[in-house]
Amino acid sequence: MGVESTELEKQIDALYEKLRKDAENAGYHLNPDEAFAKDLIRGLLENEKRYGYRACPCRLASSVRDEDLDIICPCDYRDPDLDDYGACYCALYVSGAVLKGEKTAASIPERRPSREERVDGTLTERFSNLPYPVWRCKVCGYLCARENPPDPCPICKAKKDRFEKFM
Amino acid sequence: MEHAEGIDKGQIILYALSTCVWCGRVKSLLQDMGVAYDYVYVDNLAVDDRGKTMEEIKRWNPRCSFPSLVINNAQCIIGFEEKKIREAIG
Repeated sequence: MGVESTELEKQIDALYEKLRKDAENAGYHLNPDEAFAKDLIRGLLENEKRYGYRACPCRLASSVRDEDLDIICPCDYRDPDLDDYGACYCALYVSGAVLKGEKTAASIPERRPSREERVDGTLTERFSNLPYPVWRCKVCGYLCARENPPDPCPICKAKKDRFEKFM
Repeated sequence: MEHAEGIDKGQIILYALSTCVWCGRVKSLLQDMGVAYDYVYVDNLAVDDRGKTMEEIKRWNPRCSFPSLVINNAQCIIGFEEKKIREAIG
């Protein structure tokens, strides 16, 4: 138990450092409350172990990756939540204002549609005569025109399955 | 459903996720207030056993988000809302 927990603490510290560096390089910020951020990262690692992907620790994952693509951290809802509330849903990521202490991260409303709404709301294909389809990264908004989406996203490193056909 | 001992302030049920920090904050708050409550970590239930619990949550919170705190079968406080929780439980 002792050895295992030390091993887990090391994993948490390593992932915290990696996510912090990636975030800062891309203009995002982890929650400056390090203990809070590390508790969430513990949850991400737990979900990775349970489901095989890092589902948001504050949302219930289904264990089917395709159904949960929108809540794999960083989730599809991070950017609008940072804009509106200064933090993402679980508050692992915060805005510059929260980082500087001008604003506090709090528990915010859930933006993710319910399961029924997600199923009903499947986008109808938009046809176009463009020489290439345009793909949009749902994590960071990156757009590119090519036959298939890149793997990973050259900007935020999200996997190929986080892209949607945009045009 | 687990039970936490404390002062009886009516029926208090917390639907939570074991990995969610906001759920943890609600649990700590209830502990600090010293009230008795029941709680369930829905993520720790097997995927096939979650249906009934999710239906219960849906009655109060159609988005089925966590934490959902149902007080006296009369109101549901969604999220870590310290002020609202203190007011509702007293």
